[in-house]
Amino acid sequence: MRLLDIKRLSKEYKGGTHALCNVNFSVNEGEFISVIGPSGAGKSTLLRCINRMIDATDGEITFDGVSVLNLKKKELRRLRTRIGMIFQHYNLVNRLSVIENVLHGRLGYKTTLEGIIGRHDEEEKEQAFAILDKLGLRNETYKRCDQLSGGQKQRVGIARALIQNPKLVLCDEPIASLDPNASKIIMDHLKAINKDMGITCILNLHQVDVAIKYSERIIGINSGKTVYDGPANELTMEKIHEIYGSEAGELIIE
Amino acid sequence: MEIDLFKKRRRQMTIVTVIIVALIIFFAEITKYDAIKGFTSIPAAIRWMFANFYPNAKSLDKLPSILSKLNETIFLSISSTTTAGVLALVFALFGSRTTKINNFLSSISRFIASIFRNIPVVAWAMILLFSFGQNALTGYFALFFVTFGFLTRVFIETIDEASYESVEALQATGATYFQIVFQAVIPSSLPQLISWLLYMIETNIRSSTLVGILTGTGVGFAFSLYYKSMNYNAASLVVIAIVLTVFVIEIISNYVRRVIL
Repeated sequence: MRLLDIKRLSKEYKGGTHALCNVNFSVNEGEFISVIGPSGAGKSTLLRCINRMIDATDGEITFDGVSVLNLKKKELRRLRTRIGMIFQHYNLVNRLSVIENVLHGRLGYKTTLEGIIGRHDEEEKEQAFAILDKLGLRNETYKRCDQLSGGQKQRVGIARALIQNPKLVLCDEPIASLDPNASKIIMDHLKAINKDMGITCILNLHQVDVAIKYSERIIGINSGKTVYDGPANELTMEKIHEIYGSEAGELIIE
Repeated sequence: MEIDLFKKRRRQMTIVTVIIVALIIFFAEITKYDAIKGFTSIPAAIRWMFANFYPNAKSLDKLPSILSKLNETIFLSISSTTTAGVLALVFALFGSRTTKINNFLSSISRFIASIFRNIPVVAWAMILLFSFGQNALTGYFALFFVTFGFLTRVFIETIDEASYESVEALQATGATYFQIVFQAVIPSSLPQLISWLLYMIETNIRSSTLVGILTGTGVGFAFSLYYKSMNYNAASLVVIAIVLTVFVIEIISNYVRRVIL
């Protein structure tokens, strides 16, 4: 089943920087894709164009049969409820408790007033507890987020995305600020939600080895263009050098 | 190369020092300021203060009336600060980069706040005297305007600093503007906002004393009345009362800050 279709996607920032030039690819339901490339290649822009956090200048994005780029405010809101997002800096409201942050994921489904006063029904709360259980955060439920470690914060971020009941989860550098141990926990959780719940995942990663280990498919981007799109096990050293614009011996992974 | 750098620094220092000294001499000449006379008159001023400027038994009779005036000043400060704070929050939400609705509204609200902020409180009091006359309302509005301008500016910075990332996350979940404001912006910046509000209440107690002299209200007026009628003992009692009040308010607000932060 085709979930996401990106055609001729381009983004030009004010001042003439071409973040994306004519990007084409499509994603099937249940895929686990890593996007790799040097800093400033346009990975973040690509991810944010999909849920319209950034408006593309040109091209076409179809998500689950809906043309994303022409959506009105209300429809855009509905689209975003079905796409979860996970950030490098977790982007939690640090002064609120874990459970409150998780329930933020339900805001897109609520009327403005319900959201303002933070009214959640029993079903939503139960789901929140179930998700926290699964992510090993049971004991942290009522702690304030500024008391958590980086890895725990990122798990709260995952929980907030999961409670949206998303079809797709976009992860922008999910492990870039984490130590190797926490990174593995986060990657395993992401892999699990992909395998067990069938949620499609697209990740921006800086760690090529992690990308190859966890994902079936890898997209390589350089200067806003896709230079590689294929299975992870066919990604040769030569291709990696092409993605990063480097010569032999210049990369840390060699 | 490095030696040149140090030479350059030394030369810059010399030039700056020369300019400052020249400016001091120039303006002292214009204003006929005599530094030696200025400093030597300090002991005489202190002697005068000890001789005249202290509360005595007779001035203590005035205490109840001073305290009720002081109350008026404190309440004026608190009411103007809190009401200005509410309006400032609305303007700050429009003005902030994180929560702005569009660039036009953002520039407008920053511009309005800047006008209100940059007219000093005493100037506001004098302008408003024409429309409202000598009463507490004039003082209230003068404090309200300046506080509104100042708080809008610091609230904008607080909001931008405290909540940019979480606002992005909530936008991505499909939350509406007001949901984001109440679920992310306000929870993450509330302690800072309250801290600024407390700071402004402290500042406004001082300013409202000053404004009171002009508008004929509150403890400022009491001071100027006693001072001009040469009742220095009562005037000194007013000063002591104000200083103590400012201390107490500062202690209270520091305590509140510690608890909420």
